[in-house]
Amino acid sequence: MTRHVIAPVDELPPGTRKFLTIDERPIAIFNIKGEFFGLLNRCPHQGAALCEGPLIGLAQSSDPGEIEYTKLGEIIRCPWHGWEFDIRTGQSYCDPKRFRARAYPVNVEPGSSVVKGPYVAETLKVAVESDYVVVDL
Amino acid sequence: MNVQFRPEPAASVSVKTAIADCDIHPARATATELYPFLAKRWHEHLETYGKQAYQGMMEGPPYPKAQPNASRRDAYPPEGGPQGSSLSFMQKQLLDPHNVALGVLNPLATGQGLRNHDLSAALATAVNDWQIDKWTSKDSRLKGSIVVGNEDGPTAAAEIRKRAGDKNFVQVLLLSRNVEPLGQRRYWPIYEAAQEIGLPVGVHAFGFGGNPITASGWPSFYIEEMVGHSQCQQTALASLVLEGVFERFPKLKMVMIEAGFGWAPSLTWRLDKNFERLHSEVPHLKRKPSEYIRDHIWWTTQPMEDPERREHLFELIEWIGWDKLLFATDYPHWDFDEPSRVLPAGVSDANKQAFYLDNAKKLYGIA
Repeated sequence: MTRHVIAPVDELPPGTRKFLTIDERPIAIFNIKGEFFGLLNRCPHQGAALCEGPLIGLAQSSDPGEIEYTKLGEIIRCPWHGWEFDIRTGQSYCDPKRFRARAYPVNVEPGSSVVKGPYVAETLKVAVESDYVVVDL
Repeated sequence: MNVQFRPEPAASVSVKTAIADCDIHPARATATELYPFLAKRWHEHLETYGKQAYQGMMEGPPYPKAQPNASRRDAYPPEGGPQGSSLSFMQKQLLDPHNVALGVLNPLATGQGLRNHDLSAALATAVNDWQIDKWTSKDSRLKGSIVVGNEDGPTAAAEIRKRAGDKNFVQVLLLSRNVEPLGQRRYWPIYEAAQEIGLPVGVHAFGFGGNPITASGWPSFYIEEMVGHSQCQQTALASLVLEGVFERFPKLKMVMIEAGFGWAPSLTWRLDKNFERLHSEVPHLKRKPSEYIRDHIWWTTQPMEDPERREHLFELIEWIGWDKLLFATDYPHWDFDEPSRVLPAGVSDANKQAFYLDNAKKLYGIA
């Protein structure tokens, strides 16, 4: 597993997502209300660019007429066939036994540790005084 | 949350050999894009009176769609306009990466099914000229479908004959839900003209005839519309067979587009069984319904049948015939089928070649 430095935290404010290719893999990094998430940008169903889809909530029903809407903004909905995945885990809500989106851990690290640590900064210079978004692949 | 950084279209993992895509939906970039092909009189008519179909809904679809314009969210052209409205983006996202050698255009929601038959005919002609101008003359892989004002048989037949021998077109396009079931004689001039100029008639799901999507009223959900297309198509096909359309027009070929094919065996078994008992009611039929269907009907694949066990799919296709299926993506619509993902493992190279390309080239007369 290699740790990749994605961007300074300031470049990925809440409500944004960043698309990039690492080791020939299409990846998307999301900032959702200050939390960071990483997903492989390829839907396990038919291969669409999953992370171009909208972030929605999860509508579930325990009994007829009772609808709960949870995980607001944490469910990614595929731009093609509308398959829904939990951005935290990659779990599918359409066919959880057969399909799972590939999720990658994303962290925020201080520049001082990024300079020293086992990181690969693909395209950016790292300054010790900032914080950086880092993904494990 | 909006997408902040729009990536390039994803490089696709697709089939290695050339394919035919028998259901592509070209869109207009603007509401007035057809105006250059319409007389000035109709511009003013459209702006003053609009288009009235045989249904209560004046504008928009009767059900909300699962994605904007019922289309893939990644299919908006970079220069703006709705999905499917840019040739260059269609080339970049569909034709080039998926190795499409033949793409059949099926324009929807154009002039079909309007109560004003003169407007319907004018729009159909405009859409046909627009297909040449914007699409088929600019990319030789693309072929058009002759759109007709389908509720006025003689005028529709004239539009078909006008296009005789025009290599920009490979079929005549109808929709499944019309004012009457498709075998009724008001539509016979269309079949007669199509047979005369040697083009198949495609019947695409949807339509503006005013009938609900189900045989027993208006359902609640979009998902019921999605599965309801197969009901409408069964009604259309049964009517075509039982009215004797294939007896009257023995060289007519028809394509069932975007309505599935898994139901074909059960409908046909039921037709044959009742035909044995009720033959005297339809003495104009000389052969069993199954024989007309086997000889005259082709089927596009999208949305592909997807049973849990692949043996069931293979048995189904065995019954229909590997020579009768035409691969289709439905681009840019949201229920797009990715060509490399639609067939499970275990299909022979010869059957794959027929399924993806050769059946379409043969049916549509492409060398």
